[in-house]
Amino acid sequence: MNLEFTAEENAFRDEVRSFIENNYPQNIERAAVQDDMSPEDMTAWHKILGKKGWSVPAWPEQYGGTGWTPTQRYIWSEENARVNAVMPLPFGVAMVAPVIYTFGNEEQKAKHLPGIRSGEVWWCQGYSEPGAGSDLASLKTTAVRDGDDYILNGQKTWTTLAQHADWGFFLCRTDPDAPKPQQGISFILVDMKTPGIEVRPIKLIDGGYEVNEVWLTDVRVPAENLIGEENKGWTYAKFLLAHERSGIAGVARSKRGVEQLKDIAKHEMLDGEPLLQDMGFATKISQLEIDLAALEITELRTLAGEQAGKGPGPESSLLKVKGTEIQQRLTELTLEAVGYYGAPDFRSFPADGSNDFPIGPDYAHSAAPTYFNMRKTSIYGGSNEIQRNIITKMVLGL
Amino acid sequence: MDFNFSDEQNMVRDGISRLVREQYDWDTRRGIIASDAGWSPEFWAQLAELGMLAAPFSEEDGGFGGGAVETMLIMEEFGKGLVVEPFIPSVVCAGGFLKHAGTAAQKEEYLSAIIAGEKVFAFAYAEPQGRYDLANLTTTAKKDGEGYTLNGQKAVVIGAPWASHFVVTARTSGGQADQNGVSVFIVAKDAAGVSLRDYATVDGRRASEVYFENVSVSADALIGELDNGLPLIETVVDEATVAVCAEATGAMQVTHAMTLEYAKQRKQFGVPISTFQVLQHRMVDMFMEYEQSISMSYLATIKLDEGEAERKHAVSSAKVRVGQSARFVGQSAVQTHGGMGVTDETAVGSYFKRLSIIEGEFGSVDHHMRRHIKLTAAA
Repeated sequence: MNLEFTAEENAFRDEVRSFIENNYPQNIERAAVQDDMSPEDMTAWHKILGKKGWSVPAWPEQYGGTGWTPTQRYIWSEENARVNAVMPLPFGVAMVAPVIYTFGNEEQKAKHLPGIRSGEVWWCQGYSEPGAGSDLASLKTTAVRDGDDYILNGQKTWTTLAQHADWGFFLCRTDPDAPKPQQGISFILVDMKTPGIEVRPIKLIDGGYEVNEVWLTDVRVPAENLIGEENKGWTYAKFLLAHERSGIAGVARSKRGVEQLKDIAKHEMLDGEPLLQDMGFATKISQLEIDLAALEITELRTLAGEQAGKGPGPESSLLKVKGTEIQQRLTELTLEAVGYYGAPDFRSFPADGSNDFPIGPDYAHSAAPTYFNMRKTSIYGGSNEIQRNIITKMVLGL
Repeated sequence: MDFNFSDEQNMVRDGISRLVREQYDWDTRRGIIASDAGWSPEFWAQLAELGMLAAPFSEEDGGFGGGAVETMLIMEEFGKGLVVEPFIPSVVCAGGFLKHAGTAAQKEEYLSAIIAGEKVFAFAYAEPQGRYDLANLTTTAKKDGEGYTLNGQKAVVIGAPWASHFVVTARTSGGQADQNGVSVFIVAKDAAGVSLRDYATVDGRRASEVYFENVSVSADALIGELDNGLPLIETVVDEATVAVCAEATGAMQVTHAMTLEYAKQRKQFGVPISTFQVLQHRMVDMFMEYEQSISMSYLATIKLDEGEAERKHAVSSAKVRVGQSARFVGQSAVQTHGGMGVTDETAVGSYFKRLSIIEGEFGSVDHHMRRHIKLTAAA
């Protein structure tokens, strides 16, 4: 038992670090709220990695994966977190692509995988509906076969960054009479430019527009866009959700976040001493660091299991729950740390720049929006309560 | 990166696991702790015979070339069976002092006897006024000709009633809580001037208040450097802390399994209580807690051989996490068992009690949190 990286793994780290240092676009930083970034900035690194052949490390090599071991992928994510890199969005790379290369036909693979790999094609996820959140299988959007097409009708919601999307993957009901709701669902790829699709942005508590309602009215989609078999969509959806959860722990990014938080706590003063010296606040930071260390080792144990041939199992639910709890605590402590300067709403400043002088420390500007925004993490990807249901079933055997 | 155990380590784990299952079942344990002696010298002899007391020592020291990982594997299994025998005081602590700082003669006289199970040690370090501060000592050892004379009182010395010898920390110079001036001695229990008040502990073990009144020891009773014993004591106590973390992970796993089993059988409102989501989620939280503790037990075990700052950082991180998990898992188990959880006849109560005492052993959550803060603030 040891935690050392091998000489090969250290050499790999050097290689990717120098590639990142030489190629990461200097002016692009992760924004607290995603839609504060331009679509070009959000995909710039993805496109560079696509050219390098590193945009989809986890895919099978035949489709463009790098063949890296889970440990190498871990190193990769750590090195990207060091520079706060804007990574490829998950909707194409980590969500729909594994479904396409696992269950799609050759035409679908040839048509869609290259654009996902290169970052040229933007994808969004049409899963949740106003009446179907945690109970996703109760979804009502319909796809009715009409000759060589499906006609889609219904409403999706919480569709992240759909305002920029070229394509979407949608769960639709194709058999309303199936004995179980899970059995009548199909997985359909939709060109977002198809007539009848309306994307309506939803303003969130952080003031941004990260998610949307997507209204579908008589949207005509070629039947060749069906993935796998009709009415088997639920199987593919579950497969996708398990994929979505692995890597969701966000350990590398949280480690960086802890360093930033400590930096803030060194600058903020309390009774003439840095906040970091205050026993109460220092205890919260130490607790966060300790919990993050535990999560990191748990993730490494899971990775070691994967390396030994075990697929991502119910452990990924643990990683999701603990990882998002830590991400949220990090943002909550950051808001706490900045004190009064958490309050100014920087979006409210006139666009003409008339209020364009420094108000409070720079690090305070994003504290509140980030805290508000990150409440989503325990809700999305299967809420943390749903994750506990999964562990109940898969680990406790109840 | 490797989370696998070597073949030898797997043999240790399988061997100890089988032994605890077969020789230390629940009724046997009840009998042992209720007996006059309060422990099983036969079980101890069996451990020695199987080489388990030798597992964490190098071959030069008469062991099997193992180390902290072996201790972790053994303690995890002991935690599963709530084994009361003094592996930590005698093997991890006394054995640790001798391993790190014993002279050839001391190793020959004491370490081989510890490994053989012939001499049993207790570790007399805590004092009534000192709480978790290892340097806060009123027990003194004064130079007296060639040797030393010890005076003072040691608090809650685990396993003292079973011991033949003590490792004793004492002040040889300086003020009561000074970092310097601390030394470590070996004292035979039958030395003139040593007296004990024995008692049972709430978690099924035995301990004593140990008094030293003008106890004379020879110069070769000193382990390590005179006056500079604190770094050695911290090293050994860190090793013991990690051992007790491993014990906790074993106890937590069994506590969780027991709770799950009970919830499946216990019916209320006409259905097993395991069908209630509020209890399911609590049991999921128990699972996540002990998994995180296992991770920290691994981390701290691996880091024991690193530099001082890294070692202390990892050990305190582990003890905080494990202490918090131990409290949550123990309390949740009792709560889920309902009234049965607070009766003396069910095993869950005993696991809860042991986990509750582990929380404070070698430093509470708050103590290790403070140490963690000091280490990270300095960084």
